[in-house]
Amino acid sequence: MGIMEILMIIIPTTLLWAAPLIFTALGGTFSERSGVVNIGLEGLMVIGAFTAIVFNLTFVDVFGAWTPWVSLLAAMAVGALFSLIHAVASITFRANQTVSGVAINLLAAGVALFLVKYIYGKGQTDIIQRGFSKIDIPILSDIPIIGPLFFSNTYYTSFVAIFFAVVAWYVIYKTKFGLRLRAVGEHPMAADTMGINVTKMRYYGVLISGALGGIGGGVYAQAISSDFGHATISGQGFMALAAMIFGKWHPLGAMGAAIFFGFAQSLSIIGSSLPFLENIPNVYLLIAPYVLTIIALTGFIGRADAPKASGVPYIKGSR
Amino acid sequence: MSSRLQNILVPVIAVLLGVLVGTIIMIITGYDAVAGFIALWQGAFGDSYFFGETIRQITPYILAGLAVAFAFRTGLFNIGVEGQLIVGWLAAVWVGVAFELPKIIHLPLAVLAAAAAGALWAFIPGFLKAKYRVHEVIVTIMLNYTALHITNYIIRTVLSEKSDRTESIAESASLRSPFFESLTDYSRMHWGILIAIICVIIMWFILEKTTRGFELKAVGFNQHASDYAGMNVKRNIILSMVISGAFAGLAGAMEGLGTFGYAAVKGGFTGVGFDGIAVALLGANSPIGIVLAAILFGSLKVGALNMPLQAGVPNELVDIIIALIVFFVAASYMIRLIIKRFGKKGEK
Repeated sequence: MGIMEILMIIIPTTLLWAAPLIFTALGGTFSERSGVVNIGLEGLMVIGAFTAIVFNLTFVDVFGAWTPWVSLLAAMAVGALFSLIHAVASITFRANQTVSGVAINLLAAGVALFLVKYIYGKGQTDIIQRGFSKIDIPILSDIPIIGPLFFSNTYYTSFVAIFFAVVAWYVIYKTKFGLRLRAVGEHPMAADTMGINVTKMRYYGVLISGALGGIGGGVYAQAISSDFGHATISGQGFMALAAMIFGKWHPLGAMGAAIFFGFAQSLSIIGSSLPFLENIPNVYLLIAPYVLTIIALTGFIGRADAPKASGVPYIKGSR
Repeated sequence: MSSRLQNILVPVIAVLLGVLVGTIIMIITGYDAVAGFIALWQGAFGDSYFFGETIRQITPYILAGLAVAFAFRTGLFNIGVEGQLIVGWLAAVWVGVAFELPKIIHLPLAVLAAAAAGALWAFIPGFLKAKYRVHEVIVTIMLNYTALHITNYIIRTVLSEKSDRTESIAESASLRSPFFESLTDYSRMHWGILIAIICVIIMWFILEKTTRGFELKAVGFNQHASDYAGMNVKRNIILSMVISGAFAGLAGAMEGLGTFGYAAVKGGFTGVGFDGIAVALLGANSPIGIVLAAILFGSLKVGALNMPLQAGVPNELVDIIIALIVFFVAASYMIRLIIKRFGKKGEK
């Protein structure tokens, strides 16, 4: 097997697995930049995956080929709505943000499985008829070398994810909104003094994380799993959290980390079919994202610092 | 209203709100709520078999709750109880299958191995927190998945030949109790509940009766003041995580030596570690509170299994209720506001 063939297997798989991680990690970035820790990303992905699959199964006759995209919008909306619970608890009612995030994870799994049993009378949904499917992107896939590697046998969602990362970078670093978002995450009292509504900005941060987490779950469900059950989302949300930290709370960093983690995940799945990897136990690939994140946090690969006020409820007037 | 009374009222109200919302969900979705709760009650306490199973479930819940609470008291959030539990489970089973010893040595050895493995796994975040000031929440989450994959790998390659479970442990390492089994119509209730109760007393003793415990709590209240008073904050952080991890490892031993008697490859988490957070939170991190909260959640979990059979209600309803209870306890500021408002009305 030549290098070219190997890359033609690895790159599309990497991008496929990276897409949900990118969306969700971006969501986490928005939330943490505003000063709210979001451990609930996993739960938001569960809700997103659940919504997308149910919507897809229900409305496939109405929307035809556009069903997965419309389902994604539904997942986005429901994800944002669900994250409102986290926002109310941790911003308005000053709950411990980590605990509230844990509650979100528990609640999402419970609600989604409860509703699956309620709607379908069984523990797992049917397989969707129209998911995101492999395509050759027109024009771009005709470019020599780059075309077959990056733009053939691939998924639109991966490129939408990368596009979103660039947009997120622009929003957070180049707009007034982004400046305010970062300000309430670093020093809410100073921001408040300058007339920024800390509560409102933090609500935005959490709601955006819910929307993007929902999309992440929806992409995973419709591109990878194709149905929804108790094991559909198993750790992707936490891996996205890791990607956000490994990417140092920066949208493009988070994207890079997500692609790298997607690479590790895809290798652990297809590794046995590749000549130079078949003898390496895939446990190393499975734990790589988590171990690397811990190492990154200890500062061996450049220090990763969270936004200063991340995790601290803002109480007006207290110092 | 006194703050002491409030501290008791908050968890009670949180539980009531959780059950209330659970009831509303059942009514909206058209399930028979009354039948649901009757099934839940009977599934937990209906006959001696269910009662034994409930105790079996309460056992690891107490230990997981102790693990989370002990770290909490030192101001640390150990989300890694799940991972430490899995590691402890594996260590206990490993000792259980690898040796042939008299019971008096073998069983304590297996139990201690679990505690040691959990402690070692928790030492990593404790050390990183103390030495590099890395937030323990993130590290423990990452270590949960690391533990899951590594233990699966060890079960597949070292403890079996590409099989999905280990051999069953030797009888001499087992916590199984023919006495309890005959008492409870052959449920899987085992001696572990005694270990759990001993650990509750140990936690109470360490925190309330020793200088070390006082230091651990002091670090939890105010690190800078503790440092100024001459306490070694770093050592206390590591120690707290290690003790917490030992409790978590013991929770794993309950599953490995008591309930199952083997370790199997897992597709996902057991959930006991995360439920431990709920137990500790509802129990307000106090030993007695943890026992009560573990009894509540243990009975809910086991009782839930009877709901689909008897009332046709999905057992996930209980997961929703547990999540809501956690949520309401976390947002206790809301409950305190309500209590305050009602208190004022009463005074007028």
